[in-house]
Amino acid sequence: MKAFTYQRVKTPAEAATSAQQHTNAKFIAGGTNLLDLMKLEIETPAHLIDVNGLELDKIEATADGGLRIGALVRNTDLAADARIRRDYGVLSRALVAGASGQLRNQATTAGNLLQRTRCPYFYDTNQPCNKRLPGSGCAALDGFSRQHAVVGTSQACIATHPSDMAVAMRLLDAVIETVSPDGRERKIPIAEFYRAPGNTPHLETVLTPGELIVAVSLPAPLGGTHIYRKVRDRASYAFALVSVAAIIQPDKSGRVALGGVAHQPWRLAEADNALIQGAQAVSDRLFATAQPTAENEFKIILAQRTLASVLAEARG
Amino acid sequence: MSSQHLTTPVPSMVPISFKVNGVQQQLNVDTRTTLLDALREHLHLTGTKKGCDHGQCGACTVMVNGRRINACLTLAVMQQDAEITTIEGLGNPDELHPLQAAFIKHDGYQCGYCTPGQICSSMAVLEEIKAGIPSHVTHDLVSAPNVTADEIRERMSGNICRCGAYSNILAAIEEYAEGLES
Repeated sequence: MKAFTYQRVKTPAEAATSAQQHTNAKFIAGGTNLLDLMKLEIETPAHLIDVNGLELDKIEATADGGLRIGALVRNTDLAADARIRRDYGVLSRALVAGASGQLRNQATTAGNLLQRTRCPYFYDTNQPCNKRLPGSGCAALDGFSRQHAVVGTSQACIATHPSDMAVAMRLLDAVIETVSPDGRERKIPIAEFYRAPGNTPHLETVLTPGELIVAVSLPAPLGGTHIYRKVRDRASYAFALVSVAAIIQPDKSGRVALGGVAHQPWRLAEADNALIQGAQAVSDRLFATAQPTAENEFKIILAQRTLASVLAEARG
Repeated sequence: MSSQHLTTPVPSMVPISFKVNGVQQQLNVDTRTTLLDALREHLHLTGTKKGCDHGQCGACTVMVNGRRINACLTLAVMQQDAEITTIEGLGNPDELHPLQAAFIKHDGYQCGYCTPGQICSSMAVLEEIKAGIPSHVTHDLVSAPNVTADEIRERMSGNICRCGAYSNILAAIEEYAEGLES
């Protein structure tokens, strides 16, 4: 690990100012992903700003009937919150489908959204990777790509976003609240938060340097049946091959988002609109632009069957 | 390559204090020191084990402020004023914790390397079920989860046993949990 200086901050403004004053600074909260990557020298910050003292660990009701989740709410606490379990079951289910109990106790809401990919070529510093070292190439394109993305990819990167929580957040149309070093606050709908890989897969979100996530807001509850179905190589503690987050209403309308298939949680309005027609129609729309490799084309069939299973469960 | 890349940054040393097994500790550590290395290399509490050092195996599981975490994935400097419990804080060879005794009775290990992490994790698993925290196998999200074999297996999935003593680990945890209920 490269040496770095370390600082604890007490307010979001202090955090943002510190990020502006130090070159190559990073915020650290749970640290479960960042420290892992620092050990491998994939991340090499010169200055760490510990934001754990910011008191952003509350879940509060909003005026429009939704919930505002502080950026530092731990994954365990979010999954266990009575309001989340009752009104946003898909989020609770997605959270407990991810990682291990130990990791969920440390990992935060904001950090989970910002997880880096688990592409093995991103992790292997001997391999080319446009996400780790822009312009160096992509070893996954002609490599072992069974775990990789099948849709929304580019010739520069076929990595997936690893988070389960983010898939449920995308389904729920969560809004990400931030503060910037210049004091500016903004609210970013999650649909606009992640970037397509394009030629710049190292730029994963629309956050600007020093911009700090302070909360994630959920709109009022949608009702319906909430399901998160994760398909993976082990029964527990593994990343998704395919995951399906769904909220289905009694009239069979609803919404669906997929994990494990793209560079970001994958949801399309035309697929939601096709829900009444069944899994095949939804899948056709979600994967209309898919460009799978020979090793991961099975994910499209797996996703379609998982969708069918989820819709059958929702019908009861 | 620019000369900047060849320069190794100077290590940054930071004072830190926290409680380990009820004893106040003060250390001066390189900011890079993980909690795991602080426990093992600075405080010589070698019960907590380093398996993968990447949060994948659970051998370094300790309790921090009452919750189990991977000690390898947090920095010592992030634990200012924390209350940490390691396997040494649970019991010792002369006064075994009942869960340690249950692991011995049921042969819940072969090589024993993962055992301190398994035991710290099991303690926390039973607390988490008691606190009503749901898991991936909890059927009903709005009701309290129960202590069942499925719940224990799922919640222990962050602790790998390379020898494969899982069925005996489960038996040890179940016996200890029954003792708590009766």
